[in-house]
Order: sequence, then C-alpha cells, then structure tokens
Amino acid sequence: MDVILLDFWISVFGVRVRIALAEKGVEYEYREEDLQNKSPLLLEMNPVNKKIPVLIHKGKPVCESNIIVQYIDETWHDKSPSLLPSDPYLRAQARFWADFVDKKIYESAKKIWTAKGEDLEAAKKEYMDLLKVLEGQLGEKPYLVGESFGFADIAMIPFSSWFYALNQIGNMKIEEECPKLAAWVERCMKRESVSKTLPDPHKFHELLMMRLNK
Amino acid sequence: MGDEVKLYGVDGSPFVCRVKIALNLKQVKYDFYVEDLSNKSADLLKYNPAHKKIPVLVHNENPISESLVIVEYIDEAWKGVPILPHDAYEKAQVRFWAKFNEDKCIPALFKAIGSHGSEEAVAEAHEQLQFLENELNVKGGKFFGGDNVNLVDISASFIAFWLGAAEEALGIKVLAKDKFPKLTEWCGNYINCQPVKESLPAREILVAFFKKRFGGN
Repeated sequence: MDVILLDFWISVFGVRVRIALAEKGVEYEYREEDLQNKSPLLLEMNPVNKKIPVLIHKGKPVCESNIIVQYIDETWHDKSPSLLPSDPYLRAQARFWADFVDKKIYESAKKIWTAKGEDLEAAKKEYMDLLKVLEGQLGEKPYLVGESFGFADIAMIPFSSWFYALNQIGNMKIEEECPKLAAWVERCMKRESVSKTLPDPHKFHELLMMRLNK
Repeated sequence: MGDEVKLYGVDGSPFVCRVKIALNLKQVKYDFYVEDLSNKSADLLKYNPAHKKIPVLVHNENPISESLVIVEYIDEAWKGVPILPHDAYEKAQVRFWAKFNEDKCIPALFKAIGSHGSEEAVAEAHEQLQFLENELNVKGGKFFGGDNVNLVDISASFIAFWLGAAEEALGIKVLAKDKFPKLTEWCGNYINCQPVKESLPAREILVAFFKKRFGGN
C-alpha cells in the first residue's frame, strides 16, 4: 500500500487525517498503535515526538495532523474537494483557525477533565468563551472559513465528539449556548467522511470516565 | 497597485521579527506600528480579537495573526525569494520543524532562561537543540533551507539572537559551541544575512530586557 496511517482509534488528531483522506478518496492502510507499547515503525517514523498520527506515503513519513492534512490536500490536488481555499488571505484564515483549535480549544477542554471546584468553574468559562469565539467566526457562514467545508472545519470537528462528555462532566449545555456551532456540527456530520470517522461521543465519555477514575 | 501593508508589534519581540524578516526577504515596504502591550491600541484589538496579540500584519485592510501563519501568507502573497519549498513533502518537513521550534524547542529555552540555567531545564533544552543540530548535520548547508533562508530558519530566530542575549544577561550558557558546533555556526550565518540583519533589534536592548525581567543573582 502506498499510504499507511499510524493512528489510535479515538485520537481527535488521527480523526482529522482520516477525514482528509476520505474527502479525497485516498485508499490507505490503517494501523492501530498501542500507545503503551509503541511500534518500532512509529518510533522510526516519528523519532522527535513519537506520536500518532503519522502518514507514511511511499515510505516517507509526515507528522503532525494539521501538517498532514495540508500535505494530503497538496499531494492529491487533482482530486476534489480542495481542502484549502485558493486565495492566499483565506488560506491564512484557514491556517489561523486550525492553529487556534490546537493552541486554545484542545488545552482548554483538557482542563475541564481534571479541574475541581473554583478551578473547574474557571476552566468551563474559558472553554465556553473560546467556543463563542468560534460562534463569532461562523456568523452566518455555513463553515468556519467561507462557503465550503475545509481545513479549519477538519481541525475542529473531531473535538465535537468531546461535547457530550464535557456536558456531563462539566455540567454544561454546549449546544444550547452555542446554537450556530451546534448547527455547524450537524452540517459537517452530513458528510460521510465525518459521520463515518468521528468517534461515538458516548464511547468517548465511557473511556474518559475509566481513565479519570483509575 | 497601491499595496498597503501595516505591521503591528514591538521591536524586541522575536515573533514580530520573524515577520519583519519575511517582509524584507520579499522586499515588501510596510509601516510599522509600535504597540504598548500594557495599553493595547484599538486597532490591535480590532485586527486580532481572538488572541489580542502581536504581531498582526494588515494587508489592504485584511488582518492576519500568528507569526508563522503570517510568514506563510507573505510567501504566498508576494513573489520573489521562496520561503517554503514547492514540493509537498519538502513543505511538510519545513512546517514540521517550524512547529517543533515553536512548540518544543523555544519553550524549553524559555524554561532554561527563566530558571537561570537550572541543570534540569538546560538538559531538556539540550535534548531539543540536539534535534536541530542533527538536522543541520544531515542537511549540510549554511541554513536549514540550504543555501537560502527558509521558514525553519525564520522560526528559529529566537535561538540565533535572543538566546545569546539572555545568556549574556544571566551569565548562563545553553547553546555551547562544543556541544552544538553546527547550530553555533548557523547562528552566525543567519544573523549576518542581510534581510535578517536589518530586522534584528539592538542586542544591548535585549540584554537589558533579560537582566530586568529575570534579574541577576
């Protein structure tokens, strides 16, 4: 197989890559990694970070999910849809929001799992404020940057599989407080690449509770 | 054509410097607006409401934030010397190393500086720097980009210039020449190349900043 993906089934970062590959209709071999016992191949292909996902294309590795998604778009540029816009300014917007998800949304959500008391309230407020920023960015648009599903949406949509768990653990009502974001999630879920790839939110909640209680 | 290019930032910021270097590489004329970070301008808050940070580049009233995003934008918006390679795989490698500098190496250096060169923090910084040393060994050129400066070099501006100023200010050594000969050589090559030289702040200002910020013993 020309394309191999080293991944972990419930990783939001791995999901980004799977969505991109599905959007482009690229055939690949999926290899599940045991993160407690990483394969020699993973350690060889990503010696710096030793993390999944890693895309191996004709034997050469590409690491970091947002970088992999751009690589997929550029390599299979003749297959539609384009995952990034063609205009440089809109491309910059797409990259900015993908980076925003990494720098802010991911870190903020994780705090909610572990925080207690006052810290939990602060973490919840921070997270909701960030989601409201995304609501603002969506505005009346169907997707995060422009009229088509693309890079920024791919970066964020896997994190929607965390909403159920966050609502339960944090006693929140994400969809109620962010109706535009909720509508955007539903819109993205209409795409097969997303609906067939996103982990089940209940399964994620189950797994998380097991990990937190151990 | 009437291109209007504005850059909001402060002189001493390594992140702002990345943008200045990219603009100089492409020979783009711009107006620089100095921000008071304790009293951010209405313009800055308007152009970067999500982070409220510098640098922000505004091109014909279109704002772009986050220094590495801005540098990629500059590469795509203006012709001239390429900052990223054309090949998709090479591009992915360049983006990987730029992200490595941003997420791993530079934060480790901040910790080493902030801890006044604690053994643990310096060891961690050395681990990250070793990856860069190996890259230069493998690539074997003047710069991470070979004969020319690329996004990886630009992302590592802090290492080339700010680190040395911090070391002097605090009397510590992190980037030792005997441990990191290639990286040390790269620092010299990088800060002496014209578009970079023009963009760097005065070293004395940085030394004074680090002395004040982290204090002597």
